Amino acid sequence: MTERGASAIIVGGGATGLSAGWWLARDGVDVLVIDKGIVGWEASGRNGGGCTHPFSPLFQEEQRLWPMLDELLGYPTEFRAQRIRLALDEQQMRRYGQARQHAVRQGFVSEQLDAQQVRALVPLAGDNVVGGYLHRFGGHANPQRTVQAYAWAMQDHGGRVLQHTTVLGFSTAGGKVTEVRTDRGDFGCDTLVIAAGPQINHLAASLGVRVPMVAARAEMIVTEPLPLMPIGGVDGNGLYGRQTQRGNLAYGGGPHEWLEIDDNTVPHRSSTPLMRNIAARVAELFARAAHARVIRSWAGIIENTPDGRPVIERMASPDNLVVATLSSIGFGLSPATGHAVRDLVVDGVCGFADLGSLRLSRFDRLERDWIDLQGWRPPSRQVAS
Amino acid sequence: MSEFRDPKSVAGKQLPVAETTQLLVIGAGPAGIAAAAEAAKHGIKVVLADENPVPVAAMGDDIPLHFGQRYGAAARNRTAMLEAFIARDPAIAALFDAGVDVRLGTSVWGVYANGPSVGWLPGPVAGLHDGERSFMLGCERVIVAAGRRDMGLAFPGWELPGVLGITAAERLLHRFDVLEARRVVVLGTSTEALVAARSLRAGGIEVAALVEVARQPVGPTELLRELADIPILCGHRVRRAEGGTDGVEAIVVAPEHGQEQRIACDAILLGIGVVPVIELLDALGCRISYLPERGGHVPVLDAAHRTSVAGIYAIGDCAGIWSAKTLDPDIARAEGRRAAMDVVASLGVAVELPAEPRAFQPASYDLDAYRLDWVRATVIDAAGEPYVCQCEEVTAREILELRPPRYLGWPDDRRNTRTLRQMLGEAPPNPDQVKRLTRAGMGVCQGRRCREQVAALLALGAGVELRHIPLASHRAPVRPIPLRIAAETQEAAEMTEHWDTWFGMPPQYVPHWEAPEFYTVAGRATDDKAPDVE
Repeated sequence: MTERGASAIIVGGGATGLSAGWWLARDGVDVLVIDKGIVGWEASGRNGGGCTHPFSPLFQEEQRLWPMLDELLGYPTEFRAQRIRLALDEQQMRRYGQARQHAVRQGFVSEQLDAQQVRALVPLAGDNVVGGYLHRFGGHANPQRTVQAYAWAMQDHGGRVLQHTTVLGFSTAGGKVTEVRTDRGDFGCDTLVIAAGPQINHLAASLGVRVPMVAARAEMIVTEPLPLMPIGGVDGNGLYGRQTQRGNLAYGGGPHEWLEIDDNTVPHRSSTPLMRNIAARVAELFARAAHARVIRSWAGIIENTPDGRPVIERMASPDNLVVATLSSIGFGLSPATGHAVRDLVVDGVCGFADLGSLRLSRFDRLERDWIDLQGWRPPSRQVAS
Repeated sequence: MSEFRDPKSVAGKQLPVAETTQLLVIGAGPAGIAAAAEAAKHGIKVVLADENPVPVAAMGDDIPLHFGQRYGAAARNRTAMLEAFIARDPAIAALFDAGVDVRLGTSVWGVYANGPSVGWLPGPVAGLHDGERSFMLGCERVIVAAGRRDMGLAFPGWELPGVLGITAAERLLHRFDVLEARRVVVLGTSTEALVAARSLRAGGIEVAALVEVARQPVGPTELLRELADIPILCGHRVRRAEGGTDGVEAIVVAPEHGQEQRIACDAILLGIGVVPVIELLDALGCRISYLPERGGHVPVLDAAHRTSVAGIYAIGDCAGIWSAKTLDPDIARAEGRRAAMDVVASLGVAVELPAEPRAFQPASYDLDAYRLDWVRATVIDAAGEPYVCQCEEVTAREILELRPPRYLGWPDDRRNTRTLRQMLGEAPPNPDQVKRLTRAGMGVCQGRRCREQVAALLALGAGVELRHIPLASHRAPVRPIPLRIAAETQEAAEMTEHWDTWFGMPPQYVPHWEAPEFYTVAGRATDDKAPDVE
């Protein structure tokens, strides 16, 4: 049965898909976002909330958009500007110092702090801090709140969301995608955007586009609320995360687990006793919060391309297909990614950034057995090295 | 098979396991004790862990039961509490003699096993916390007998000391002798509420009244006959609790559109619903289904009480609560023995498995409609907008309108005025989505006080049946644990060496202006060129 289609159909209601939907809808494009479950349910809604990606061609746009995003969307994202990275030893200090070079080169300011200056901004840090860096850029936001804000803002501009709908396949004609077939009917489209995270591989393959990627599981923990620190975007000691505006410390880090997802399903997002290793590091990072109680841990499932960098491209064939995988760094970049996808859909080319480094063709010479070569197999499929 | 493994992945990382056992039984109620005794009888090495007595600080957060701060100073004396707990149930002492390794005051905050997305664990493991340290226990089989807890119900004043769950009241009185109440009013007339009222009265507590929102009591007539001298106010809802710094002094109830009635009491006991404690099972990924005739969300079990996860069993109230089981603890004990025998047989010890049909009879009333009626009459119609979620201070209206939390300072005139259905889509609202937007259920009590109320509110708000509201997910640790105690102290060297903030993938951090035209594994960037960036 043919349902009411849309000029642009986006498969995947995560941060990337919904931001793109919002950018298109506010431009007057008739847009429909289809998701197999609930908006922001996978990695988009459960991550560290960081908004700081200096190595990306979308960095400048990311930095431009976040401070105005609440206003633009009309719903709160909980964005807070700036980040601090604190070091517990000289090696961390050196390493984190190098890490800021790309932002500094692009004109952003990062100040080196001594231990006392760190503790003034991060009162939960203890005497074990040797120093840190205050980034006068970047920040953090609430992932689920932001994704929901994109969805509502898109709907305010006339865009539609269809949740709990599984994409079964696509119809093509004359080198174009003409229809998205789902378990709730078929939807005609002029342009198709696939932004379905770990499912991109499977969906794009049915259109003859090979997107190399493997999904992995990663874990985070959260504590009870603590008094708000002047800066909540605090990283370091091998952890990423933030203090939420409610006061909880939400942190992740450490080993990930590679998965084999051979169809459209996502397995139960189990967490593991890795919680204990993360807890140990949070207690070091915030020595004055070591008494705080852990109240949750959780896992998210995230896709990665072979080099861990996004693919955002309008394909040559089918020529009305846009593929967008953000390869484990999608949340923070999402305001800019949506803008880029909008440009690719409407103008055919991104008008504000050079996306050349994010083309799929960079994998043309990729080894056929790259997954084995990189060791990206589930533990049960591996032998000791 | 791969010849190389990603050193930044879990592959090859050892989980430090402090102790091992053949069988871990969680919960020392009738079912858990029977299971532990049966398994020990056949020579199985058994650890039985029970969190009682819980530290008084946890009791203050209504963990694991809604204690409502109605316990005396004696609750601070851990040794006395421990002695009382053992003395009140001779079956526990018998377990010591039977060679069961009984760990009291020890909570199990997580049960883990390999599954579809986890493959690095050495086998089933449980996280234990004895108040001073936490550690991992390797266990070949786990029997969960985690019991029941009480459904919360918000009304003005329900945060006062003296509003507590009826199961909590029984525990404080009969297991610890620290209940600080003399005259109570019970909400609800189910078998569970009536049995508890009877046992409290037998323990010297005056039950001033039973309050029931339904037109008739819903419990069995024989029990009602036994309690015939207690007034039952049917067709009444709670208007408010009155009290001061010492807590509840009275409850005010009224029929719909009718005259308010004030009843002096020092405790209000929440008896409108007892709920199977499935936290560990759900967090582990056991299949859960909604069966109102068994008290709500319960694990899917076979005849031997096996869950959908290999080696994990559920028995007693956490496997389902119904009238006959509440009246006769032998049903729970039989479940315990049945599961234990399956464990024994599965560990290679010859045992004759009993062929017993499980006694089961559905409740005589519509549990969904009953709980919805209580929430509609008392929570939605409440004056003064009490907090449904006490931890995060979220009202029913804020939940139903998906308001951002007040601490964000989002202007009220920019409120999203769409209906719940317009905001979330046509499918039944998912409490997990709602809690992340409103914070309801995200607090230190881990949703124990508000979980069932929020589900009922969403069913009422969206006009769908309660059975269609998904279960808000449970997460380990199912008991809050301080960071310094949760912290792993025996981390494997390989874990420490390869620990990375994110995926530890240097090419990810190569700036776009230096990215190579072609990416190959052979030519990829190494660590020195690209230190990680947040």
